[in-house]
Amino acid sequence: MRKVASIPPATGSKRDLRLDLFRGLALWLIFLDHIPTNVVSWVTIRNYGFSDATEIFIFISGYTAAFVYGNAMSERGFLVSGARILRRAWQIYVAHVFLFAIYLAEIAYVASSFENPLYAEEMGVLDFLKQPDVTIVQALLLKFKPVNMDVLPLYIVLLLLFPPILWLLLRRPTLALSASVALYAASWEFGWNLQAYPSGTWLFNPFAWQLLFVFGAWCAMGGAERLSAVLRSRITLAVAIAYLVFAFLITMTWHFPVLGQFVPEWLGSLIYPIDKTNLDVLRFAHFLALGVVIVWFIPRDWSGLHWPIFRPAIWCGQHSLEIFCLGVFLAFAAHFIMGEISAGVPMQIAVSFAGVAIMIGAAGLLSWYKSMEGRNPGSRVKPTDADLAGGEA
Amino acid sequence: MKALAVALVITFLLAGGATAQRPNTCDVPAYLLFDENELNHVAAAVKEKQQLDIAIIGTGSSTLGGPEGKAYPAQLEAALKARLPTIAVHVTVHAAPRQTAAKMWEDLKKIVSEQKPALLVWQTGTVDAMRGVEPDEFGSVLNTAVENIQAAGTDVLLMNMQYSPRTETMIAVGPYAENMRWVSQQRRVPLFDRLGIMRHWSDTGVFDFYSPTKAFSVAQKVHECIGRALATQIIDAAQLGPMTAKVAQ
Repeated sequence: MRKVASIPPATGSKRDLRLDLFRGLALWLIFLDHIPTNVVSWVTIRNYGFSDATEIFIFISGYTAAFVYGNAMSERGFLVSGARILRRAWQIYVAHVFLFAIYLAEIAYVASSFENPLYAEEMGVLDFLKQPDVTIVQALLLKFKPVNMDVLPLYIVLLLLFPPILWLLLRRPTLALSASVALYAASWEFGWNLQAYPSGTWLFNPFAWQLLFVFGAWCAMGGAERLSAVLRSRITLAVAIAYLVFAFLITMTWHFPVLGQFVPEWLGSLIYPIDKTNLDVLRFAHFLALGVVIVWFIPRDWSGLHWPIFRPAIWCGQHSLEIFCLGVFLAFAAHFIMGEISAGVPMQIAVSFAGVAIMIGAAGLLSWYKSMEGRNPGSRVKPTDADLAGGEA
Repeated sequence: MKALAVALVITFLLAGGATAQRPNTCDVPAYLLFDENELNHVAAAVKEKQQLDIAIIGTGSSTLGGPEGKAYPAQLEAALKARLPTIAVHVTVHAAPRQTAAKMWEDLKKIVSEQKPALLVWQTGTVDAMRGVEPDEFGSVLNTAVENIQAAGTDVLLMNMQYSPRTETMIAVGPYAENMRWVSQQRRVPLFDRLGIMRHWSDTGVFDFYSPTKAFSVAQKVHECIGRALATQIIDAAQLGPMTAKVAQ
């Protein structure tokens, strides 16, 4: 097998803590957004622009996956790294099924205890409980996906497709990225998406969202270096800030419909609807603009990244699969508590902070375990922190 | 640290309980009820013919089990008759459970051409959200349908889904509500933001929508409030009331 000529610049260098930091923050935001009717979710970025934490999560996951499995692939070949990627996909699948079991328990409880005549129609959503065999099989096939449980199936599909993409990224990064853009464009042109059960399509269209994942991987494979001239340009920064301001103003018209009259009709028909399912170009551009601004103001070697105040988010970002799943579970639990005790604003604040605190505690514990295992003389010390980074894609 | 957290939670619970005991008046703030969109055919029918025919098409949440005449359509008719005593108000309901917007649009063609109501109130969104119809597709069906109904000389008023906190983790209504708002702006038709209004009642402690009660009395009260608020919105959008009455209820 041909040796890859240009080893990605990220290889061998120290881990980019910005990735962990922002993935950790994204996990908190996803948790907050998953609690329905939560006053604290006003702090999350989806209220101030087109993109949300999902974009950050998927991009960074692509970046770290390429960072880790790219090393493995150039050192140990396609087969070994491909097998490791598939093992990771399997782990995520198991995590998804685990979350589904918890979800079933919650809704079975609601179905048996809630009979308000006002909601006779809405309770029809529980009809699938009458056919648990079909539902569970459809869930195992990743076709039946409860609300807020769409990210992991997307991620599983992205990882399943990742070995050949990574192979190409190592040899012809530009070609790989072009193929990804072409697939994105084709999914828009031809309306490609995966089918869901009982009807409809996937909430996150994998054919469209793969663009962010592959773009993240491309950046890790030296793309970020290639873009560095663009990223260092003041013009880029100005354009990015202008776009963020534009997006901010548009989102304000959603919160205050009275402002909607200031959006000219031609502009409205041009930008709406902003499609999350198919990763609207406006969302992707918003994520890029955020990225430009963050990279500008927070350089990779910024000493502040080691400040204790950022450590909790970094821990969470380093154990993203566990913390993501915990977050989905905690959002269910928060909703349950709100239903059983009180749904008032004080309770919303309490469950939000408690949830983030539990996520931090769990991530700290996982980091502690990891460091214990690393120090144990009997254990096999890994050459890179591969599982920490890429495993946690 | 732990004791502090427990104390904090208890304080929050007490404060939460306190806000839940407000008087049961279901006023709706103006920003949730009024927009710039007008109901010109309604205005013309009332001024020229002294009559107002309204057709309501919807799904399960436009009906209510229990005694007849307690769901919001009947409450709307009663409220309009009380506030427009010289006008012949007539409300007909075409509600069937489990209908998506696309299915309702098929039925609507007939209703609009035969009945020729001045106003069509279109309650939708819930079933499409439950079925997971692609939000975009939902929006474009609605947009086309409203455009056609307008062209046939009938005003349209869209009503979005109920606020249903118990099923929030099971039905993702957000994208469908956004699409309905988009269609309302695009086609310049009023939107009765049932979702926002009921959430406001929940936030201000007017109603407890988490309550697992089997009693019809609360549901009837909610429908009465919806019917009254809807009447207020129609009167405002058709400019039928005293010009100063820019206040809900």
